[in-house]
Order: sequence, then structure tokens, then C-alpha cells
Amino acid sequence: MSASVTQSWDELTEGLWRQNPTFVMVLGMCPTLAVTVSGVNALAMGIATTLVLIFSCLLVSLMRNIVPGEVRIATYIVIIATFVTVVDYLIQAISLELYDALGAFIQLIVVNCIILGRAEAHASKTPPIPAMLNAVGMGAGFTLGLLSLGIVREILGAGKLFGITLFGESFQPWVVMVLPPGGFFVLGGWLLIFAWWARRKEAGGAQS
Amino acid sequence: MSSRLEIRSSPHIKGVSSVETIMKNVVWSLLPICAFYVFQYGISALATLVVVTASCLLADRLFARLGGQSGDIGDWSATITGLLLALTIPPGFPLWMGFVIGFVAIALGKALFGGLGRNVFNPALVGRAFGQAAFPTAIATYTPSFMPGRFTEFIPSSLAMPFMTPADTSAWIAAAKLDAWAGATPLAKWKFETVLAPAIDLLTSIGGNLAVGPAPILIVLCGLYLAARRFLDWRIPVATLIGAALTGYVVYLLNPARYPDPVFVLLSGGLVLGAVYMATDMATSPVTPRGVWVYGGLIGFLTVIIRYFSGLPEGVMYSILIANAATPLIERVTQPRPFGTASLGKRKGRAVYPLLPAEPVDVAGREKDKK
Amino acid sequence: MSEQLPETQPAARAPAQSTPTGAMLRTLGLVSAICGLAIVSAYQGTLSAVKANKIIAQERAVFKVLPGAKSVDAYMIGSDGSIEVAREDAPNGVLRFFAAYDETGRLQGVAAEGAATGYADVVRVMFGYSPDCECIVGFDQVSSRETPGIGDKITVDKDFRANFKSLEAKLNADKSALANDIKVVKHGSKTSPWQIDAIAGATITSRAVGKGINDTARALLPKLVPQLEKIRSKR
Repeated sequence: MSASVTQSWDELTEGLWRQNPTFVMVLGMCPTLAVTVSGVNALAMGIATTLVLIFSCLLVSLMRNIVPGEVRIATYIVIIATFVTVVDYLIQAISLELYDALGAFIQLIVVNCIILGRAEAHASKTPPIPAMLNAVGMGAGFTLGLLSLGIVREILGAGKLFGITLFGESFQPWVVMVLPPGGFFVLGGWLLIFAWWARRKEAGGAQS
Repeated sequence: MSSRLEIRSSPHIKGVSSVETIMKNVVWSLLPICAFYVFQYGISALATLVVVTASCLLADRLFARLGGQSGDIGDWSATITGLLLALTIPPGFPLWMGFVIGFVAIALGKALFGGLGRNVFNPALVGRAFGQAAFPTAIATYTPSFMPGRFTEFIPSSLAMPFMTPADTSAWIAAAKLDAWAGATPLAKWKFETVLAPAIDLLTSIGGNLAVGPAPILIVLCGLYLAARRFLDWRIPVATLIGAALTGYVVYLLNPARYPDPVFVLLSGGLVLGAVYMATDMATSPVTPRGVWVYGGLIGFLTVIIRYFSGLPEGVMYSILIANAATPLIERVTQPRPFGTASLGKRKGRAVYPLLPAEPVDVAGREKDKK
Repeated sequence: MSEQLPETQPAARAPAQSTPTGAMLRTLGLVSAICGLAIVSAYQGTLSAVKANKIIAQERAVFKVLPGAKSVDAYMIGSDGSIEVAREDAPNGVLRFFAAYDETGRLQGVAAEGAATGYADVVRVMFGYSPDCECIVGFDQVSSRETPGIGDKITVDKDFRANFKSLEAKLNADKSALANDIKVVKHGSKTSPWQIDAIAGATITSRAVGKGINDTARALLPKLVPQLEKIRSKR
């Protein structure tokens, strides 16, 4: 593989695993805990955030040489807020039901630290193509994180997966899973599994 | 901090009393209570006790192995958690839910904090609180005691398939043609239908078909054994019961028509079991002499307040959990004054607890290690 | 776990000498222009779809509470108490309602929203009123944050929904108020046609539904019923 392909691959996969926003960096916890009561909500939130992330990173990267250091944060915030507004309109146009389910958390993508973090730490010093690849990877990683919470909470809390009933009528829902504490329980469980797995891998690597 | 701190559960008794001896004695003292419970509810109660305890032991083993935590199966603490948890849930609680909350009790209540002696909350009550939040209907569904066929057939809700809603027990109860007391706890009866159960029946749990736990009198006797052998701080249950009785009495005086007399307060629900066995958990209760009175009083007070003024019929669980959370604060304000020092105007000596007792907190040193 | 934090801002970025004011203004101006353009075009581009969505959602909500309805007109009670066509710019707190018609354009019923505080937050409900039987013929939840598994039973509990098949909402003789307030009673103690039998274990939410409907019905019906002829046929 040529060096540039390897590098692009690296950019893309960084957010998926090594720097996964949810499980490694533990960023953007507000939507992660709040909207993951079902798989559909989680997926929609993940895609919305990914779109904002990709376009913000693209624009920040394109303008990286003309934005003076003093006003860069203001610029980034304006850019991010713009794309959040655009996504907000798009979701309203696609489905009001989804819009109501996600509630204020669409607008709150503005303050999702993954986006400002990537704009500031990566896109502002990377050419557009790698910056976008990285944003796609980060967005996918975030969506993955949301989905892993949303799926568990929907299965246990409602006995459904993406709205399809899994266990029939007599399923006993775990009420706590669709309440806010359920978000913390499931997130804690996933973090535990990932940390345990990473530690095992580390120990395994040290031995060999 | 040059030397490592040694952490163990609170009464720092020297001599023969090890964690194992204390725990083993607590288990022994619980056995008569469990036997009585089985006598009341038959094989369903027995199955609940076995499943919940097994689930607690399993979780304890799993986390001890994965997390490298101290403690082993021989210290009996997970057994106590399991037995206590089983005694606090309805006898007809579906066994699969019992397994879930037993596992959660150890995982969230104990392993999360670092194992034996480091837990902030009573693990059995953490498990029950999870059950209350996850399965609110099942955990409020009680069945009458002393059903005729209790040693040969299960309560129908016990044997629900995993992840499935338990069968409705109301038809089963109606088929048994019992008196009016069947199917609701005396507390729920009082709260929602304003009917009071007779005190003597509450004390012994054997009159009629009351949906109650093991007899308070038996629990007190078992507690007395533990207190006599100093495996339990007698002041905590006494303070709890006094707190509940006083609060109940004050409210009763304000409106005798609406609120029950203090005797009903003391004997109903899980107050005695909670006061004797759960409030006294050594890791989660204060150690200062005045602190235990404050702690017990707080539990009693909150129990009555929750029972009377909230949507729930019973409040022992939440009040003990709240008091558990308040324990460090209680210890802080009730530090004994060293003899000869001024009581006012001077800073009192305080016990200081580092955040992570196992590892000496030394931020600078850690940074160096990394580099 | 993470071997390092994401690349941190290098110190070199902090400029040694300040950028000229003109450059800063130019950049910010450019960014604002681009962003402004993006927002406005997104707004314009989605406006028709969003409006259509809102109307569909509204119609769907009305159809749910008024079985048999096929089309909907939005009205409101104007400041002088007369029925007017609903306007977007009407002041807050104005009484809005929807008139629903069957396929021949005959008035099927009137739907309106009610709200009252439930267990967790405000419960908003939509209910349908049929002028023929002077009763409420259906209700649905618009939004609520009630406890899942307990308070949210209001939309699924069959016995509870049966209350709203024909819940009496007659006006008194001089048509100035409801003859009987709609009232939520304890589970199993419904005796009169204007009472709602609460869900056992979810009394607070049930009460919120009843209060929301009653408040709106009390305010709306005395004004609406005398002028019903105005909305008899589809506009």
C-alpha cells in the first residue's frame, strides 16, 4: 500500500476505534445519554452529528490559512452553528416525529465538544480531504457509540429493535432503561467492557 | 503519605473477630428468619432465596476475578447480600428478575466501589432500588402468606420465563378464597384503603394471611444475638426505631384520624428488618458514637416521611440509602472532641479520607512515572 | 486506553504579533456571509416541506380523536369572542381549535388541545368534541414525559380509553358554562357520564388528562357552540 493510502486509512479509522469519541475520549456525553432510548433516535442523532462534523471540518479546513488565530474560535462556532441550523431544518423537513423525539438535542449539537474539538485540533491544520475523512471516521465512531447504547436500551426497555418487536406481547420492559439512569447504567457497562478488553489486549501485547 | 493505608470495615475490633467470623455469624442469625420466610410462603420463597443468593455469589466471583478485587467466597458477605435482598422482595417475584437484581446488587452496589468494605451503599438495597426502578409493578405485587398449597406449588408469578411479564396473581389469590387481607401489604392497605392491620398479627406475622415478611419479633431476637456478641451496633436499630416511632407519634398527634399510631409504624413493612440488618451494615454506617444516633434517627424519620407523604407505600429502602450517602457527612460533624480542647471557635479534628484509599494520592509522582 | 489526547493546540499558533484589524474583519465578514447564505438557503429550501409536514401531523392528530374525519380547517376564537380563521401571528393564549369534516364536507366534530401538569411534566392532550352528541368522542396524547410503563398507559389502557368513547360535555341551559365539569374519579368509581375512571396506579396522570380536557372545554365550548353554524361546512 502506498504511503498516502495508509495515511488516509489512518485518518478514517482513528475515530472508529483508537480515538473513539464515546468510548475512548468520552466526549459528547449529553446527547449520548439523553437521546439513546431507541435505536432510531440514536442513529438519527449520530447521522445529524456526522453531517455537521463533516461539513464544519471541510469549511474549517478550507479556510485554515485565512482565519487569524485571534478570531478562530468565533469563526468555528459560527460555522458549526450554521450547519447545525441547516441540519435542524433538514430533520424538520424529513420527519417531524423524529424532530420531536430528538427535541432540543439537535440544536445542542452546537455545543457537542467533538465538533469544536475536531475543528480546533485537527481540521484547522489539515488539508480538506484528510480532514473530511477524519470527520467521517469520527462521526461513524460517534454513531457507533450512540447505537450501542440505543440498541441495548431499546431491547431491554421496550423489547424492540428499531421499532420491531422482538419478544412478543408478553415481554417485560425494564422501565429503568428508558429513564435517564438507564443511560448511565448502559454507558457504564459499555465503558467497563471496552476498558477490560483494552487492558487484556495491552497485557497480551506485553507478553508476546 | 509514606505508608499505605489499611482499609477494613468500620469497627476496628482487634482480636478474634475477623470479617469472616462476623459475616458467618450474621448468616447464621439470618437462617431462622429465612426458615420462617419459607414457612410463610413455601417453595416460592425458598426458590427466591436460592436464586438471588446464587446470583450474588456468581456476580461476586465474576467481578473479583475480572477486577482483581479482594475478598473471596469464604467471607460470606455476598451470601448476606443475597439473603437480605431475597427477604426484601415479594415472595412471588419472578425468579429471573431476582437473578437480575441479585447480579446488579453486587455489580453496582459492591464491585463498582472496589469490593468488600468499600461500598458506599448497602448492596442489597442497591439491588432492590434497581428492581424498583426497572420492574415497578412486579416489585409491588405481594401475595398472601400461608397459602394452603404453598409447599407443593409455586406462586404463579415466580416461574415467569426470562424477559417475560409474570402471570397475574389476582385470579390465583381469588381462587384461594381468603379473607380481606389477601394480596396487599398492610402498608399499602393503610395507604390506599385506610385499613389498619392488628398489631399482634403484625408482630408475629402468623395471624390470617397477611402479605408480610418474617415476624418482627423473630428479627429482633436474631438481632439481639448479634448485638450480644457485638457483631452489630445495637444503637443503630434502636435509634432507627426511636426515630420512626417519634416521627410517627408526632404526625399521629397532629391528625389521629388520618395517620396510624406509632405501633403500626414500627411493626409494618420492612422497618425492623431494615433497622436490624441493613442499617447496621458496617461499611456504610457511621463509626462515631454520636453519629450512629444521628444516622439511625435519620433513617427512622425519613421512613415515616416517605411512607406518609410520597407516592410509595414503603420508605425503608430509600431512607437507608439516603442515610448511607449522608454517612461521611454525619461522621464529619460528629467527630468526638479530644479531651481538653475547646469546643467552640476552634477547628475540630477530622478524619480525612483520601479519594482512592488503596493508592496513595500523589499526583506529582504519577506524572513522573508516565514520563 | 488512550495513549494520548488528541493533538493539542501548538504554542506556535498564538501569534507573536497581532493580526491587522482589517484582516480579522474581512475573515469574519466572509465567514458570516457564507454562513448566512447557507442558513437562508436551507430555510427556503426546506420551508415548503416543513409546512406540509406540520399540516400532515396536525391532521393526523385530529383524525385520531375524531374517527370518520377526512379534512381539517384551523380556527381560533378572536378577541371579540367570535370564530375566526386561525392566523400564525395571533397572540399567545388564544383559543385555537380544528373543525373536522367528513368526505361530503359536513362538520364531523371539533378538536382542541388541552394541557395540565401531570406526574413529571405538563401533559398535552388533543380531544375531539362531537356537537351531535354534545360529548367528547376521543382523545390522544400530544406530548408528555410521564413515567414509562405507568403514566404513559393513558394512550394504551383499554379501560381508560373507553372513558372517551362518549364523555358528556353538555352546556347548561343558558349556554354559559358546562352543565357538569369533566372530572377524574378513582379507579372503579365512575357513576356519571361526565366522569373519567382513572387508571389504577396512574391517578395523577389520569387527572392531568381530565383537567386538561376540562379546562379547554370550559373555556372553548360556551363560546363555540352558539356560533357552530359558522363552521358547519368546509371553507
